[in-house]
Amino acid sequence: MAEFFQLLIIGLSQGCVYGLIAMGFVMIYKATEMVNFAQGDIMMVGTFVAFTFIVTWGFNFWLGLLAAMAVMAVFGFLVDAIVVRRIIGQPQFSVVILTISLGFIFRAVAGMIWGQAPLSLDTPFVGTSNMGGAVIGHDRLAIMGGTVVMVSLIYLFLRYSRWGIAMQAASQNQLAAFYVGIPVKLVYSGVWGLAAAISCVAGVLLAPITLIGPLNGFLGIKAFAAAVIGGFGSLPGALIGGLIIGIAEPFAAAYLPEVKNIIGYLIMFAVLMLRPEGLFATIYQKKV
Amino acid sequence: MRVLFKTDYNQDIKFAKHGGYVFWYALLLVAVFLAPVALDTYWVNELTRVLIYALAGLGLMVVTGFTGQVSLGHAAFMAIGAYTHAFLLTQGVPFVFSLPIAALTSGIVGLMIAIPASRMTGLYLTIASLAFAIVVEDLIIHWESVTGGNRGMAVDPPALFGYEIYAAWEYYYIVLVLLIISIALVLNILRSPLGRAMLAIRDSEISAQSLGIRLARTKVLAFFLSAIITGLAGGLFAHFIQFLSPETFGILLSIQLLLMIVVGGLGTVHGAIFGAFLIGLLEASISILKDWLPPAIGTQPGLEPGLFGLILVLFIIFEPEGVYGRWVKLRTFLESFPFYRRNTFKRQRSYLKTERMR
Repeated sequence: MAEFFQLLIIGLSQGCVYGLIAMGFVMIYKATEMVNFAQGDIMMVGTFVAFTFIVTWGFNFWLGLLAAMAVMAVFGFLVDAIVVRRIIGQPQFSVVILTISLGFIFRAVAGMIWGQAPLSLDTPFVGTSNMGGAVIGHDRLAIMGGTVVMVSLIYLFLRYSRWGIAMQAASQNQLAAFYVGIPVKLVYSGVWGLAAAISCVAGVLLAPITLIGPLNGFLGIKAFAAAVIGGFGSLPGALIGGLIIGIAEPFAAAYLPEVKNIIGYLIMFAVLMLRPEGLFATIYQKKV
Repeated sequence: MRVLFKTDYNQDIKFAKHGGYVFWYALLLVAVFLAPVALDTYWVNELTRVLIYALAGLGLMVVTGFTGQVSLGHAAFMAIGAYTHAFLLTQGVPFVFSLPIAALTSGIVGLMIAIPASRMTGLYLTIASLAFAIVVEDLIIHWESVTGGNRGMAVDPPALFGYEIYAAWEYYYIVLVLLIISIALVLNILRSPLGRAMLAIRDSEISAQSLGIRLARTKVLAFFLSAIITGLAGGLFAHFIQFLSPETFGILLSIQLLLMIVVGGLGTVHGAIFGAFLIGLLEASISILKDWLPPAIGTQPGLEPGLFGLILVLFIIFEPEGVYGRWVKLRTFLESFPFYRRNTFKRQRSYLKTERMR
């Protein structure tokens, strides 16, 4: 029982990170219908930026995190405003190729700036607690707590703030949003900035567990799988998809070690076979 | 400027549109067949590598360039082709049988991936193919009895009807003939109803569907065909590198293939061939660049994919038609010399095309 509980906590915390990345990814997709294959790499860059603030320049952890989020928001904004916006209206495959190449560029540049050796980022969440026989690291609890806070903030932002509602409007109908006076271009870049900031938090929360390296961006691929499971374009779906993959992984590692690296993808293929629209479907056939 | 008069309905689907085609392509054919005579072994080897890349690129072109579905997992099909072929050879299956079986295996696996993914938008196929590539790499590492795992696997030299092939020029001809056959196959499919359906899906899924094209079936067939050609390239690649290991077929190779067809020119057979030659040039220049750059940057393992990414971004934004598209523009300029208009190839600005119903 204790072992089960332990695996569950590990899985939940891992899943929260996947879920957060997937949410950033789905947010961009919902608003701009662009699939950002660089989301994992943006997370990786965000973690490095936080590392620079906190470790290299000696900022307080919370201050450093906020500063890194701000930097990443600007970064995401600029990526859209300078590069990605140019290909709006081009076929879907241009977007895919563009964003995946951006990911490779980010990875190469991050490797040049911060090096290939894994770095460690100290967080205030150290120590462990004993709960019913299971040993739970505080960093894991911080991930879960952080995710709950982030998700609530995102919900409140999208539901009540002026910009959040503008984002929803732009994601529902670009042209109509433009007609009612929403600055669609600005909103799109804003969504990219928001998604980048969210991934930055996910990366920093994960840092004590995986260490920081340029290859961390590959985690983004699991986030895509999470988004597909959740039904691409549904924010709660992305989170739940992330949790499903996250929980499946430690259990697979414990009971089925052969598939521990690929269990998430196997679940994704199963979902594609049985319920191809995902658990929370939002994509319908377009009517002409 | 040449003016073509239509005197026959079949003229629309002819391979050679006019005498110029016959002349120049015949010249090219003679040149590639005489190449091993004029070049030394090193260059013949390099040329063989380029032709194998061209074959793999042709496979990816079928699904990405002609059908508009991006696959990020084509390295996995090369891996399946290569490992199946190498494994069958160790089991004593002759080369002439093992190569088609390997290609077909890759095709059937492709079918298995495409069937669930093709029911949804093309995006799903992209993500499924990316996940599939990772699963295949993992499988190669873990299935040690067949693949040798991380230790790798040596490949026997090819043998045609008992005659073992060691010389570079002999292998060059095998690759060349298979490439020409594949190009003919793809060109032929392109002028058939299936090929037209593929192009229609690329340009607009909705109008294709309105014309009665079965989307899922066409996409799955395109993927199947593409996986077969790429698997064939994988089998040939196995002999070329002579030693297989899982990291050969990582995501970098998938990106390289994608780079090839984008830089060469998406949606044309020429593009795959041009792209392969450009990739060959690029690899050579990157290795020169590495010596020239300061070691802190030059020895980065991420340098090569980063440069590939940069080139891809530049091409997607500034010249999405690739090098072949640039050549077509130049040719049109020369053909219609004083009358060329700058807007002939202008890209249309369009609104975001939504795939969702609201």
